[in-house]
Amino acid sequence: MTDHLDAPHQLLLQMLRDFVETEVRPKAKAVDEEERFPEETVRQMARYGLMGIPFPKEYGGAGGDNLAYTLAVEELSKACGTTGVILSAHTSLCAAPIYEHGTEAQKQKHLVPLAKGEKLGAFALTEPAAGTDAAGQQTTAERRGDTYVLNGSKIFITNAGYADTYIVMAMTDKAKGTRGISAFIVEKGTPGFRIGKKEEKMGIRGSATCELIFEEAAIPAENLLGKEGGGFGVAMKTLDGGRIGIAAQALGIAQGAIDATVAYVKERKQFGKPLSAFQNTQFQLADMQVRTDAARLLVYRAARRKDARLPYSVEAAAAKLFASETAMEVTTKAVQLHGGYGYTREYPVERMMRDAKITEIYEGTSEVQRMVVSAAMLR
Amino acid sequence: MKIVVCVKQVPDTTEVRIDPATGTLIRDGVPSIINPDDRAALETALVLKDTTGATVAVLSMGPPQAEAVLREALAMGADEAILVSDRRFGGSDTWATSLTLASALRRLQADLVLCGRQAIDGDTAQVGPQVAEHLGLPLVSYVGSLRPEGDRHLIVKRMFEDGHHVLRVQMPCLLTILKDMNTPRYMSAPGIFEAFQRPITTWTLDDLDVDPSQIGLKGSPTRVKKSYTKGTKSAGKVYEVDPREGARIIVENLREKFII
Ligand SMILES: Cc1cc2nc3c(=O)[nH]c(=O)nc-3n(C[C@H](O)[C@H](O)[C@H](O)COP(=O)(O)OP(=O)(O)OC[C@H]3O[C@@H](n4cnc5c(N)ncnc54)[C@H](O)[C@@H]3O)c2cc1C
Ligand SMILES: Cc1cc2nc3c(=O)[nH]c(=O)nc-3n(C[C@H](O)[C@H](O)[C@H](O)COP(=O)(O)OP(=O)(O)OC[C@H]3O[C@@H](n4cnc5c(N)ncnc54)[C@H](O)[C@@H]3O)c2cc1C
Repeated sequence: MTDHLDAPHQLLLQMLRDFVETEVRPKAKAVDEEERFPEETVRQMARYGLMGIPFPKEYGGAGGDNLAYTLAVEELSKACGTTGVILSAHTSLCAAPIYEHGTEAQKQKHLVPLAKGEKLGAFALTEPAAGTDAAGQQTTAERRGDTYVLNGSKIFITNAGYADTYIVMAMTDKAKGTRGISAFIVEKGTPGFRIGKKEEKMGIRGSATCELIFEEAAIPAENLLGKEGGGFGVAMKTLDGGRIGIAAQALGIAQGAIDATVAYVKERKQFGKPLSAFQNTQFQLADMQVRTDAARLLVYRAARRKDARLPYSVEAAAAKLFASETAMEVTTKAVQLHGGYGYTREYPVERMMRDAKITEIYEGTSEVQRMVVSAAMLR
Repeated sequence: MKIVVCVKQVPDTTEVRIDPATGTLIRDGVPSIINPDDRAALETALVLKDTTGATVAVLSMGPPQAEAVLREALAMGADEAILVSDRRFGGSDTWATSLTLASALRRLQADLVLCGRQAIDGDTAQVGPQVAEHLGLPLVSYVGSLRPEGDRHLIVKRMFEDGHHVLRVQMPCLLTILKDMNTPRYMSAPGIFEAFQRPITTWTLDDLDVDPSQIGLKGSPTRVKKSYTKGTKSAGKVYEVDPREGARIIVENLREKFII
């Protein structure tokens, strides 16, 4: 399945597999059970240039591309869905919009430390009353002199608390609807900005998901990202890119569950033979792998289109829709093939099944992806 | 300080099988890797680069595919890569290989040459010491750790099975490095993309000052007289018993054979 990758991507894959086996897989169980944010892994990822893969060297990046970034999220997620989403939210949702919409000064100040991994990034669009209907933003940003003053709150923000840099959407002009939304770069430590409640979750439990609270939080006007009123466009484009990352996370979780299952069914014996000798097992595994391979092709297609600067938003939606539903189906079957053992914490597949579910929800639910795909068909 | 690390591309012997009929390695489909001792030598060089600002070149003799290990070395942080490759080198034994590498090293003019102790495919441990001999360089083999002392000396630990020597050695010199000396770093993502933008210098026989009659198969005095695979032993006995009984049987058998 990776034969079609060129030599640099093959070599990256070799590096990622080494890295994941030593640094990520041994910690995945504890990260989940203790709801522990894997800070030391993130530091190691920074050391090896994994926090800025698709950005040019002059901005502190690795000089790679979106396909390479996709491979990284996929490989990390094979062993640990938490680590996969930390990289995805950081890269796609925080560093990428600064790279794509930021001024040169904003890139130097904010993108360079993010791409080097000296800082961690997050993205805040969702609010209690604005989930799927993201246009219903209540958080406001009022221009006062050289500052914008933010008031309101965000929920479900990945990397919150550990992140240094936040892309925050807020209403600069409520009368204008989506055209009144603007995007801002908000730094940790800004007076009036604090982290609220941390969610207790079903899966990706090591990833921090928290509320953000803004009370008269004044940020420099130069931290406006893009044009005033252009924030909704920034957010939607950012999510297009982010969906490639989440699709890669889903893909990794699915493949990780398949790999664990293949090993298990060769070992476990019932009725005097290994489970792998039953035709049902064989056929289930074939279906799981073929579906995952199909998802992989969709994910790589979206990444390659982004790299080629072709429109990719429909392809990203299709990739995320199919990869996330594949992850859910494949991990459920993986638990089934493990029998009672798969339902226990002794084996990783129950964690993978819990981790898979979120990929159908965040960065646009599966329903939203169906809207994007069908809207393009019916245009 | 200029360091040259000699690296060899070898089949990953953890995945290699031996053809029982011919006694030779089945190399088809076996991934190629940097020889583990050489990887440790490279890590040693890269640590010196980090701490002293040394430059690190990697040198490999092999077929064009050996380029892969040089790219990997660049991706780990080496500055320069040289591939010595020529059909006429084919079939070289350790004598011919060390003469060829010595000639390349004369061109490179290093302060410090690092080799792995031995390669996992040939297991001779001869090439490093022979290169030192051809170049007239001081040699310390089986090095377990080292640190620079001033600009011209290294303090090195030479490992033995039951102890070690601490030696002070003057550069230029050649050391052979043990795999267990360190944990080599991963390649870095920026290093990987950069590695494919950098040239790999390729030298053929015509670029080197070696005597053509001393290289390749005809310049190789070593002849393999016989190679064999140890015969597989009988299947052994299987006892389906509880652990306590199992322990008792093991102890009894060891006693019978006077092992304990
Ligand atoms: C762990 C986690 C991490 C997250 N990280 C971030 C983050 O970093 N940044 C951020 O901004 N947000 C983040 N989110 C928020 C996430 O993107 C939202 O939860 C998601 O967009 C869904 O919004 P909602 O939860 O309000 O659900 P709702 O919008 O209430 O949706 C509930 C259900 O109704 C369906 N539905 C809604 N509208 C329609 C419609 N018009 N037609 C058909 N069906 C519809 C949805 O598909 C869904 O099934 C995160 C969420 C979680 C759980
Ligand atoms: C939470 C929990 C509570 C439980 N409570 C009880 C209890 O109170 N009392 C009790 O006695 N047991 C209990 N069990 C055990 C439970 O009944 C077994 O886990 C179940 O019967 C499956 O057996 P197994 O786990 O050994 O899986 P396996 O038999 O190893 O099956 C693994 C997979 O292989 C498949 N497979 C096995 N044989 C074949 C075949 N011939 N053809 C095709 N596919 C095959 C299975 O369908 C499954 O998909 C419990 C298990 C759990 C997880």
